Amino acid sequence: MVPFGGWDMPVQYAGVKAEHDAVRTRAGMFDVSHMGEFRVTGPDAEAFLQRVTTNDVMKLRPGRAQYNWLPNDAGGLVDDIYVYRIGEQEFLLVVNASNIGKDWAHLQAHAAGLGVQLSDESDQWGLLAVQGPEAAALLQPHLDVDLAAKKKNAYFPARLFGQDVWLARTGYTGEDGFEVFVAAERTEALWDNLLALGLTPAGLGARDTLRLEAGFPLYGHEFADDLHPLASTYTWVVKDKEHVGRAGIQAAPPVKLIGLALERVPVREGYPVLLGGERVGRVTSGSSSPTLGHPIAMALVNADAATADAYEVEVRGKAHPARRVELPFYKR
Amino acid sequence: MQTPNELKYAASHEWLAPDGTVGISDFAQDQLGDVVYVELPEVGRVVTAGETVAVVESVKTASDIYAPASGTIVAVNDQLSGTPELVNSGPYSDGWLFKLDVTEESGDLMDAEEYVAANG
Repeated sequence: MVPFGGWDMPVQYAGVKAEHDAVRTRAGMFDVSHMGEFRVTGPDAEAFLQRVTTNDVMKLRPGRAQYNWLPNDAGGLVDDIYVYRIGEQEFLLVVNASNIGKDWAHLQAHAAGLGVQLSDESDQWGLLAVQGPEAAALLQPHLDVDLAAKKKNAYFPARLFGQDVWLARTGYTGEDGFEVFVAAERTEALWDNLLALGLTPAGLGARDTLRLEAGFPLYGHEFADDLHPLASTYTWVVKDKEHVGRAGIQAAPPVKLIGLALERVPVREGYPVLLGGERVGRVTSGSSSPTLGHPIAMALVNADAATADAYEVEVRGKAHPARRVELPFYKR
Repeated sequence: MQTPNELKYAASHEWLAPDGTVGISDFAQDQLGDVVYVELPEVGRVVTAGETVAVVESVKTASDIYAPASGTIVAVNDQLSGTPELVNSGPYSDGWLFKLDVTEESGDLMDAEEYVAANG
């Protein structure tokens, strides 16, 4: 167990590789109850969210989920989040565990004077992610909702094993799957029910290798308060609209996020990235890739040095060749 | 979890055999998880007990390996460059790391019973 955002969480159950492979080939499940949940309601809820996020909340219909960013006014991100629309005047935000306090203060400050109520429901919800190509087929017999009618980013109430839950067809693994919101006190019982279906329990280790292969940024690594979010490949998350971060991210990002593939030596966060012997950036996330069978990494490098084909990464004082590859490393 | 009696163990989870062979314990390989890369020292290098001499990397993390004795590296396990998972499958056999011509052991090594007690 390791401390993670104030929670004790398992890095692995049976082993990172086995858990990773189970999610890629069958289905696995993660307890991600540490994530934060804020409910946003009121006549100004949509206008408020439209102002504090970069994506277009007005395009989000009830019953749908949207990946989104909370920008600060200094060209960085307060957090990257998911916005779920329940009704015309009701939304749920899912935020990163380590940012709950910061996000709450930021949103409160911007809500002042508006017809909007915020409530922090982080302690009231358990969240289990069921991910993998067989996720839908495994859940379907125990649900009162036809999953075939629920596309990616659908968000809907359902009864699962007779319990009231909310399901979102979302995830952080690059596979099809669902995130199940359940009352905190019923999380353990649901976990046991899902375990009995043959889902492989997966820990933080596999969650990280899966999201890295899928090219998903992780706050604190690829995003931060002082990192220009458009350095990432997720430029579509910023729409042409008024929002609190608009001025801050107007200038082009000084760095770019690239993907690197190595032959043998795993590279880790913080390792220097070299081009022609000069340091041009650093690794932000790196691991051996269980699916591809070789090490992969995401790195932030100077914008004017982001298009080379071949780099080197310094590992314990020695430079190792790294090839630039398009993100994501893996696509279903 | 296996902890052979004929070996001595460091608090940092390396084992030392009477013939100078060094590896990591069954407990250590289990904690590390799937080993994907092992960086070994060069043969002929003279090392001091407690010095970092190798690195064992699992999917998640890189762990330094410290010399459990002073001496000279006389052999390394070349098989690990192609099959690092031997550290998981045979921590006391095919997964050995390197061999020392020992001049002086670290004074802090434990016997199997003490090592098991320390990691209970």
